[in-house]
Amino acid sequence: METRSQWGTRAGFILAAVGSAVGLGNIWRFPTVAYENGGGAFLIPYLFALLTAGIPLLILEFTIGHKYRGSAPLSYRRMNKKTEFVGWWAVIIAFVISTYYSVIIAWAMSYSVFSFNLNWGSSTGDFLIGDYLQRTVEPGQIGNFVPGVLIPLLLVWIIVLGVLFKGVKKGIEIANRIFIPALVIIFLIIVIRAITLPGAIDGLEAFFTPDFSKIGDPEVWVAAYGQIFFSLSIAFAIMITYSSYLPKKSDITNNAFITGFGNSSFEILAGIGVFGILGFMAMQSGLPVSEVVESGVGLAFIVFPEIINQFPGMNALFGFLFFASLVLAGLTSLMSITETYVAGLVDKFNITRTKAVLFGGGVAALISLLFATQGGLYFLDVADYFINQFGVALMGLIEVVLIAWILRELKNLKEHANGISDIKLGAWWTVCLSVITPIVLGYMMFKLFKLNILREFVGENNTTGNYEGYTDTFILWGGWAVAIGALVVGIILALTKWKKPSAVEEEELKKEAQ
Amino acid sequence: MSWIIFMILSIVIVWGGLAASIMHAVKKSKEVE
Repeated sequence: METRSQWGTRAGFILAAVGSAVGLGNIWRFPTVAYENGGGAFLIPYLFALLTAGIPLLILEFTIGHKYRGSAPLSYRRMNKKTEFVGWWAVIIAFVISTYYSVIIAWAMSYSVFSFNLNWGSSTGDFLIGDYLQRTVEPGQIGNFVPGVLIPLLLVWIIVLGVLFKGVKKGIEIANRIFIPALVIIFLIIVIRAITLPGAIDGLEAFFTPDFSKIGDPEVWVAAYGQIFFSLSIAFAIMITYSSYLPKKSDITNNAFITGFGNSSFEILAGIGVFGILGFMAMQSGLPVSEVVESGVGLAFIVFPEIINQFPGMNALFGFLFFASLVLAGLTSLMSITETYVAGLVDKFNITRTKAVLFGGGVAALISLLFATQGGLYFLDVADYFINQFGVALMGLIEVVLIAWILRELKNLKEHANGISDIKLGAWWTVCLSVITPIVLGYMMFKLFKLNILREFVGENNTTGNYEGYTDTFILWGGWAVAIGALVVGIILALTKWKKPSAVEEEELKKEAQ
Repeated sequence: MSWIIFMILSIVIVWGGLAASIMHAVKKSKEVE
């Protein structure tokens, strides 16, 4: 029996956890969410959400992984045999996310090369959709492979699986020790350049000016909880897996505070950088900042190249640094996402890490090829929406309800965390997880089900009422089937026989966990 | 000018929270040594 891997140092674990949390969403989602939900005033619900949901959930997942010392399925099984499927469900959600997340990193890789000659030209939207992604098919159609995406995609998988082959200490930890400081340095350079651009002050003013009328709006609070929730890599097995590699004596609570605040610090930095640059663009085009604000793929791959074109100097360098930061943030997150199913396979099927990386990573890489086709963008868009809303968010709600109300494990977990941590958990932690988080996530889920089942999406060209106006068939097979399929596969895997550990080992581990 | 106050506040609170957590960890590790 292989002994369980362990982090080499506490800093190594924290860097890996922060590396997992800091991803593409920090750079292209947070700034726009904050801007649209009250600007500077958004800070109030945002911090409240961080302290009442983000950090408590991080502590919860760190404690589960540390106490039960296993991948998410094994940890849930050790908590209660009947809940193993929850762990597998989380792992399959991570698996699905890894298949398309790798493709976005591949785009960023291509764009960091394009930056040298500003290959995207003056019409950056047409370049992305037409020249680069070659999207000439209808939603639901696959079309041909796009070599410009396929080649960097293979490179992404070679890097990620290469790191995972090396293991936790020599692979993931060393990679994060290099990538995270590099990411912070690159982003600091971007931010310094951004705030010294003409018009940057207007962008920062738009970003930070508080709109207190929004504070009373429940939707703003839901947006704050949603941002914290999606940004911290919680509810898809990552933090449970990572903390299972911690040594016995670990300050779980403070690790969660460092990870939570570290992630938010990067988000604030990203907000300053992005809005400084958007302010510059607004000035160049003679439009108000509100007219140039974008988020997601549009911000990174359409608006930013446009801004880089207008840069007063060193356009190529700035473009390269921006897309390199996306690649680094993405790679560290993808490593953590992939590690969840590698660890799950090792635990359940008693195979070596090498075999688990080859099999799990290999299958994920094969499926990711679907997103490197001409119709890949449509599949990516709908799978991303459904697996996040009806995978990650629903999983988060079920996780807290299950642990707090059904298994009633919060007391045990609190005692475990308090036994090894410097900062002791009080009643606030229990209240946050058993009352506040379920209420907010429950409200979010209710609204999401209503929006999607009653087809209440509106938009200029939206004739179906579905997400992005897609057809019912495409939504059914590209969205619902993916989200429901994750749960079904999770249940099937939970019903599969364990190859290890033997009954004796299981008992020993249980005792160890108590 | 309220946006400047909010910018400073957000930096101080979030980065301050990070700095305080790291300092706590460093202090505790020194005590153990």
